[in-house]
Amino acid sequence: MNLRGVGTYILGFASLFLIWHVCSTWIIPSVLFPTPWKVILKGIELAEDGTLWEQASASLARIASGFVLGSAIGIPIGLAIGSFPIVRRLLEPYTEFLRFIPATALITVAVIWFGIGETSKVFLITYTTVFIVIINTAAGVSAVAPNKIRAARSLGAGPFQVFFFVGLPATVPYILTGMRLAMANSFVTIIAAELVAANNGLGKMIWDSRLYMLVDQIFVALVVLGFLGFFADRLFRWGIYAFAGRFSPVT
Amino acid sequence: MALVQLAEVSKVYRSLQGSDYVAVRDFSLDIEAGEFFCLLGTSGCGKTTVLNMVAGFEPVSTGAIRINGHPIAGPAADRGVVFQGDDSLYGWLSALGNVEFGLRMRGVPRTEREEKAHHYLELVGLKGQDHKHPSELSGGMKQRIQIARVLANEPQMLLMDEPFAALDAHTRADMQRELKRICSATKKTVLFITHDIDEAIILADRIGVMHAGPASKLKGIVAVTLSEAERERTHDRFLEVYRQVHEMIRDEVAISLGRNRDEVANSRMRAH
Repeated sequence: MNLRGVGTYILGFASLFLIWHVCSTWIIPSVLFPTPWKVILKGIELAEDGTLWEQASASLARIASGFVLGSAIGIPIGLAIGSFPIVRRLLEPYTEFLRFIPATALITVAVIWFGIGETSKVFLITYTTVFIVIINTAAGVSAVAPNKIRAARSLGAGPFQVFFFVGLPATVPYILTGMRLAMANSFVTIIAAELVAANNGLGKMIWDSRLYMLVDQIFVALVVLGFLGFFADRLFRWGIYAFAGRFSPVT
Repeated sequence: MALVQLAEVSKVYRSLQGSDYVAVRDFSLDIEAGEFFCLLGTSGCGKTTVLNMVAGFEPVSTGAIRINGHPIAGPAADRGVVFQGDDSLYGWLSALGNVEFGLRMRGVPRTEREEKAHHYLELVGLKGQDHKHPSELSGGMKQRIQIARVLANEPQMLLMDEPFAALDAHTRADMQRELKRICSATKKTVLFITHDIDEAIILADRIGVMHAGPASKLKGIVAVTLSEAERERTHDRFLEVYRQVHEMIRDEVAISLGRNRDEVANSRMRAH
């Protein structure tokens, strides 16, 4: 993105806060709807006493570990489903059944099984990640142009070489897309889980603030979530561009 | 002994509804080593099916295909394939990476394979484009990469399935000249599929004309003995061969467009 592009982008963000400011100051002036300025001040206060970092890092750590674990499980399974019809038939009941049970529906079960500590959160994030990654990876394998494989075989590649040097790299964009979608879902899941049962985290912070009517503190958590999600996604897109841009399909 | 022998080859596809479709029936053909053979036919006549069977992508239903007298068992590095579109190229590899792919798979050391890849990239007129990725290259350049990729692997023969069909007329004419030059220089055996009579006459030593599908086989073979200078679309001898090939294929075109064989034969009789 060039400088002008960045400028327009920042302007877009500024307008979001401007509209918020206009709404909270003149249209709906209420103690229940804090102005951006009040939220920023509160945010600085929470950042200075360390609360914000503690809660945000707790949530991020859960997302990161569940996300990595889920991807690590999902990618090989997705590759196997995409590569072998027999594996697809064996595992499709799992993927097609379980992916319609959202992780948020499993929060109570997860807490009963694993308690309110880290395990239940990581389990839920892993769960929500794994199916999205599996489905995208499998779709990526099926989408490899048959001529790529035929060409490799008539150039002398064996089945393993076809898999590692053609199937896998051709699937990379799909895997990364699946991971990016899973990242967005992880944010949904972690907040829901922390709202229900947790010792810390941004969801817990939102829930506790409600008890004391600290509306501006709720808004701090919301804004931080927005930015964390935004930057996580940017980081991912940047990663895709930097490391895998050339993996994008021909044509 | 001919390099490639197709002996009464048939190919039957079974549709999902369970009915059989006979694409090719009792197809026989010998291709000599060093020969440029064009297989000419209307769309849907089964010419690509023949190529896919020779490549080993699809098994024959009955009959046999032999290379150097040995029956083929699947695709192998002795038969390099150039595909019609660009979807066989590896978008994550550079032009060089694509061209050296076969050598890399077969364990050729890096310096040797890069040297070879450079050589063939230069041969197809892509000198200095080594590090570009396929998405950065034009359609004609991508077909050149395909050709270089196959040549670098040094196969016994090239199988080309309408490799220039998707190119614009100027690029196509240019590529035809280049291919002719490269094949004369490397003395490769080529099986080239096309539906374009001009293209077949420009390139081929012999042209095999196929019947319209289904259950197709060769209708006849025309030997093209034109010199380099005579392989110009406006040359008298070129036109002579054109008429000869056209005479063979025009009924097949009519049949492929839905008219039945007897009807076509009758209308031809009345015309005479």
